[in-house]
Amino acid sequence: MEAFTVHTGRAVPLRRSNVDTDQIIPAHWLKKVTRDGFEDGLFEAWRKDPEFVLNRPEREGATVLVAGPDFGTGSSREHAVWALQNYGFKTVISSRFADIFRGNSLKNGLLTVVLEQSVVDALWELVEKDPTAEITVDLEAREVRAEGVTAAFELDENSRWRLLNGLDDISITLREEADIAAYEAGRPAHKPRTLAA
Amino acid sequence: MHGVVVAAPGGRHLSLKKCGADEVPAEGKAMGRTLAEKVWDDHVVRRAEGEPDLLYIDLHLLHEVTSPQAFDGLRKSGRSVRRLDLTIATEDHNTPTIDIDKPIADPVSRAQLETLRKNCAEFGVRLHSLGDVEQGVVHVVGPQLGLTQPGTTVVCGDSHTSTHGAFGALAFGIGTSQVEHVLATQTLPMARPKTMAITVDGELPEGVTAKDLILAVITKIGTGGGQGYVLEYRGSAIENLSMEARMTICNMSIEAGARAGMIAPDETTFAYLEDRPHAPQGADWDAAVEYWRTLRTDDDAVFDAEVVIDAAELAPFVTWGTNPGQGAPLSASVPDPASFEDASERFAAEKALEYMGLEAGTPLREVKVDTVFVGSCTNGRIEDLRSVAEVIKGRKVADGVRMLVVPGSARVGLQAVSEGLDVVFKEAGAEWRHAGCSMCLGMNPDQLAPGERSASTSNRNFEGRQGKGGRTHLVSPPVAAATAVLGRLASPADLTDAPVPAGV
Repeated sequence: MEAFTVHTGRAVPLRRSNVDTDQIIPAHWLKKVTRDGFEDGLFEAWRKDPEFVLNRPEREGATVLVAGPDFGTGSSREHAVWALQNYGFKTVISSRFADIFRGNSLKNGLLTVVLEQSVVDALWELVEKDPTAEITVDLEAREVRAEGVTAAFELDENSRWRLLNGLDDISITLREEADIAAYEAGRPAHKPRTLAA
Repeated sequence: MHGVVVAAPGGRHLSLKKCGADEVPAEGKAMGRTLAEKVWDDHVVRRAEGEPDLLYIDLHLLHEVTSPQAFDGLRKSGRSVRRLDLTIATEDHNTPTIDIDKPIADPVSRAQLETLRKNCAEFGVRLHSLGDVEQGVVHVVGPQLGLTQPGTTVVCGDSHTSTHGAFGALAFGIGTSQVEHVLATQTLPMARPKTMAITVDGELPEGVTAKDLILAVITKIGTGGGQGYVLEYRGSAIENLSMEARMTICNMSIEAGARAGMIAPDETTFAYLEDRPHAPQGADWDAAVEYWRTLRTDDDAVFDAEVVIDAAELAPFVTWGTNPGQGAPLSASVPDPASFEDASERFAAEKALEYMGLEAGTPLREVKVDTVFVGSCTNGRIEDLRSVAEVIKGRKVADGVRMLVVPGSARVGLQAVSEGLDVVFKEAGAEWRHAGCSMCLGMNPDQLAPGERSASTSNRNFEGRQGKGGRTHLVSPPVAAATAVLGRLASPADLTDAPVPAGV
């Protein structure tokens, strides 16, 4: 996983609530069997509209997505996270994220930052007024900074440690092999099995 | 709230000393636990301060869409699948529902299915491919084989894994990184969720189904209302539901944003499971049932949140918008966006009406449809097909309306055929298809054309979900059937004609 420490970049204001994973990456893109090449599928339907915020020339190269509440609802497709990353986003800010999407994002190093809607509103106003305005997301200080905005955000210490160091979850878990084996030894005989013993 | 660990039959072994002793409340009295907390505690492999719990996974279901990158990850790291005996795969999202004996026309879909077959062969995973009698939508197949059991942890790279909670299993959808994690370790690090009780007391009125109930719940608590929670559905209206109806309810927990939905196992659950291919046998069955009976929320347990619903007040429910929380009783009209107090909900409603091509104030019963889809992991089981057949028998699908009936699994399809339901559908003018996810998400050729409107028994009415530009109204199976007959959103009560007896 890519480590995340501090990121500063221009932003895309996405003033919509309930942006579901079918909007982020439509199902027909899910037939790909790789983790890359999803950038053209990001918000595919909306991007057909030249006025859609992502298509505006002043948003080119932006790396911070400032989204409405309940971002990432719907399916468990990790492709939604890959599509945002493939496109160039490093972080997404919203007042509420869907659980599975949030989990997927943190496992891939796409930092999802939860801020009060009033702060999201302030960021929207700032970057709409001045598209060159930059937003800094500082995971070390757990703080978002932009002109006129300084907001602390929460992230549990364990997730933060994994992100700051870009750690691979599986290697961490495999250190607990003894505990896993011990648990397995005590599983009741009535538990289901997919293969005959 | 961290509950006290109570030893479960079969021994809850080593993890006890890590997570048990220090968690007795100060007064030294054992605190009651909810169903979700009991199942959670029974699967903690390791618990440490400041870290997520490491949970053991009893059953891992795989399908072709969210697994290829996970198998790639294993290969790159030289890892194998830790527990092949707790892993099973099926093909469902991409599979065609017609001409299944011919090569799959879409080369990209074909490549994805071939990738799953190659991965399962290489790693030794049991797979039910297209054409196999056990093939079907992953969430229909698990319960049908008796693999989904009370008190188990079930995961799948699919958000509708919440379906399996109907058995009192803790079941949740995961992303591809987590799929790889479970393949390699049979565990997942997870933060303990909060719990919410959804209590539905009373009796559902005639013609009101589990689908109407869950759509009403989602409209009530919102698409984000369940975020961070495991929902437990309880109360007399839930206890009276069949297993299949319970699955419909738990299936859509994710549509309220919840991690999982659960229903305490009872005699209905045990009767469903007994004698299924993977249900425990003999002494194991007795031990299992004894354990399963302990899986009830204690009387003194405290939920983090509670919602109470009076079953008697429910009615057939449909969606008018582009998320499952934008719903209303069928007897209502398309709402005026101005009626929403919250600014972002108001804006979402405006956008939804624009996309759906609807005018505020139009009675929902006047909304005409082009397509009716019956199927999916929400409503593709035999009882769903029976309820559709009951309404449509002796009637005809309205002119200009296309109706697709897609069984949730090959077994459901065979059962329907043995009951003659396929004939009922075909005589009414519906298309009877092979099993798969089909038009629920249109990854196979079953899609809506731009601007086409459907009444669908599936779970998501997102923009473009059933095909680019397609417009979806989520409905129950009986409403789907009545809608097919009248060509507009309707319930069986709206059918005033007498069905024509077969053969006349």
